[in-house]
Amino acid sequence: MCAPKAGCKPALRIYTRRMQVLPRVVFFLAFMAISFSCHAVRIGDLSETNIGEQALRFFTLQDPSVRYALIGSILLGVTCGLLGSFIVVRKMALVGDALSHAVLPGVALGFLWNMNKDPLTIFIGATIAGLLGTATVAAIKHTTRLKEDTILGMVLAGFFSIGICLVTMIQHLPTGNKSGVDKFLFGQAAAISAADVRLMAIIAAISIAAIVLFYKEFLVTSFDSGFARAVGFPIRLIHHALMLLLAFAVVIALQAVGVVLVSAMLITPAAAAYLLTDRMHRMLLLAATFGMLAGTAGAFFSFLGPSLPTGPFMVLGASAVFALAFLFGPRHGVVMRWWNHRSRSQRTKNENTLKSIYHVLEGREFQGEGVSLQELARRRNETADEASRQAAALSRRGFATQDENLIFLTPEGWQKAWTIVRNHRLWELYLTRAAQIPADRVHDDAENIEHVLGEDVVRELERGLEYATKDPHGKPIPSLADMQKGMAADQRDGLVGYGKKFER
Amino acid sequence: MENFIPNFNWHQFLTAPWANGAAMSSIWIALMGFFVTTACGLVGNYLILRRMALVGDAISHSILPGLVIAFLIAQTRSSTAMFIGALAAGVLTTVIIEVIHKKSRVKQDSAIGIAFTTLFAIGVILISLYASKVDLDQECVLYGEIAFVPLEPLVKFAGINLGPLPVARMGIITLLTAIFIFVFYKQLLVSSFDPGLASSLGINATVVHYSLMCWLSIVVVSAFESVGAILVVAMLIMPGATASLISQRLPVIMVLTVVNAALSSILGIHLATWLDCSTAGAMVVMATFLFCLAWVFGPVDGLIHRWMRAKLEKPGDPAMESGVVVQK
Repeated sequence: MCAPKAGCKPALRIYTRRMQVLPRVVFFLAFMAISFSCHAVRIGDLSETNIGEQALRFFTLQDPSVRYALIGSILLGVTCGLLGSFIVVRKMALVGDALSHAVLPGVALGFLWNMNKDPLTIFIGATIAGLLGTATVAAIKHTTRLKEDTILGMVLAGFFSIGICLVTMIQHLPTGNKSGVDKFLFGQAAAISAADVRLMAIIAAISIAAIVLFYKEFLVTSFDSGFARAVGFPIRLIHHALMLLLAFAVVIALQAVGVVLVSAMLITPAAAAYLLTDRMHRMLLLAATFGMLAGTAGAFFSFLGPSLPTGPFMVLGASAVFALAFLFGPRHGVVMRWWNHRSRSQRTKNENTLKSIYHVLEGREFQGEGVSLQELARRRNETADEASRQAAALSRRGFATQDENLIFLTPEGWQKAWTIVRNHRLWELYLTRAAQIPADRVHDDAENIEHVLGEDVVRELERGLEYATKDPHGKPIPSLADMQKGMAADQRDGLVGYGKKFER
Repeated sequence: MENFIPNFNWHQFLTAPWANGAAMSSIWIALMGFFVTTACGLVGNYLILRRMALVGDAISHSILPGLVIAFLIAQTRSSTAMFIGALAAGVLTTVIIEVIHKKSRVKQDSAIGIAFTTLFAIGVILISLYASKVDLDQECVLYGEIAFVPLEPLVKFAGINLGPLPVARMGIITLLTAIFIFVFYKQLLVSSFDPGLASSLGINATVVHYSLMCWLSIVVVSAFESVGAILVVAMLIMPGATASLISQRLPVIMVLTVVNAALSSILGIHLATWLDCSTAGAMVVMATFLFCLAWVFGPVDGLIHRWMRAKLEKPGDPAMESGVVVQK
């Protein structure tokens, strides 16, 4: 790198500066997305504080402010995760967003009440403003033709603008600059006091108690409101109760996460949990855990440098959890599904090749057992290259062995081929007999089902079709005897697997 | 608390922004507000029609990291870099939302919530890490600093004073938006109301969708500096929503959007001067006020109108009125 006074050309200097910045940004983003562990070093470089010391202070928990920040973050993570689960399954995620922006005027008014950051007045003001916001959404929805997304956006921005006006007015007051009311925008976990923690603990306890006591009510109204109405649950009351709890959760998260990003703490951990399980109680537990993790991560990273906001770090923590669940979730994860899909389609391909080999053998009445690549290629209307690739795939799975140009089925391969052909023909016969589909229409359906028919179904089909021996096209349905004949030991050549070499 | 709200004085309320010293800057701020609200409102009408109002919200938040990264790379605040960054971020947002929504069982609303909060958080962190190099601060990101517009360098073209740079740029963007909508009026209209008809007429819905998103990103990024991420949402949605309570015809709604833009920006300046608060915030408060007026007095479904109609209509079958339909 060229030193500033080394006299290099301006263009070059700009270029080198760019070269410094770009990798930093890319590196930083990649790290944020993947892991937390060694990320601390970057922040240390940039904010010029001693990271080791800061981290030590954080983990030894000697500092009361660290203790408060950590406990607060955990409490809010749990509360938000639990309540967020309900809004995610109710498809009301963006109601959380509107609600969280709508509390800002309440925060400002609560602050103005006696000109300091008294947690209780701010809490009351913010809760009232949040509930007013949801009530306004309901009122506009009820009386106009506007769609819900428009209304949410409008209420969000309208309330927020009033809040912004109030906040800027507070800041222009003589004492306003030190008020710290602007910390409510992006959150500062370090500003959490003992009084805040007490309030947060009370609210978290209320939320958890409400969810435990009325679990059934919340569950039923979330998933089947028609049924809930039929059995006489007070749906509106439950909805309002959920809104109230949600407002509580938003308000206690304000101090640490900030108005703007609270909705992420509601949505993201719950959505990650939603990807991992199908049971509501497990989803609640997972969401609470993820919320807690995100909260802790946020508190930790914002503590490492001066003036680092807490909220964005918590949000990124939650997003990282979501990204992991999205990619690697055992059932719904993208990678897992891609892998399953791939192995399934590979299996289908192998089975189709085996079937073709069976057809070739059948075509010459099982005289001579080796099938040449050319024969296979001709049968499948493919090039010899394709055929040799498929033969190689079969050899890898132990279904066949290959001797130069010839493919020999192993006993496993023979059995598999026999099974597929039997499934195919049985199914064709079943469709023509039981569903009265013309014989020339049944092939395509059988092509798909042959790979997934289980042994039980096959037994039942055979019984239902009275152990028929011919398929609708007049071809024989392979019987158990055929399979055993094919695997008979006296026909096997030890070296190349099943059968004798085919003599031309 | 007592002296928090300044005394109200009609004369001062009306004249203060236009007093000798402040007149020129007030004009530029009003023009800027008008341009921003018009451009956003015109694009926003289509967002409302397509039920994508909250996608607008998402994009307005998530262009922030695009902006910051473009700035860090280019080291200038040139419009080109900013537009490229914003475009990339805007398209990235729509793609992320689509991917989460299509490739997993997470619903679209949650997907929007996840996508924009993540990107916005990245943007805020970048700003706080590189605070000395980026001249954006955290609060400015939220509600902008339209009051600083008159301090920007003036642009002169052929000897004519075109005003401060952001105002001139926003004016051009607004003009282009109007032209864009005028030229592609049919395509936008048909694909917004009836995607099936649109594709049978040979209009590619995907192209329309992504061009709208790109244009949205451009409008939002040019408005970003002066009104910030969240108030942009108000500029996008508020005028169109207000107008659609007054009329049901799209051309009328467009005209009303422009009128709304002018009213809310001028009233906003008065409010901000009186209360000494954020000008952009005050403009949105005024837009909210106008919406409330339309909601109460609007001719289509204003509250008073509905109330009158309900009174005029003769009370019918009680079963029908309560909404209960008895099945035979």
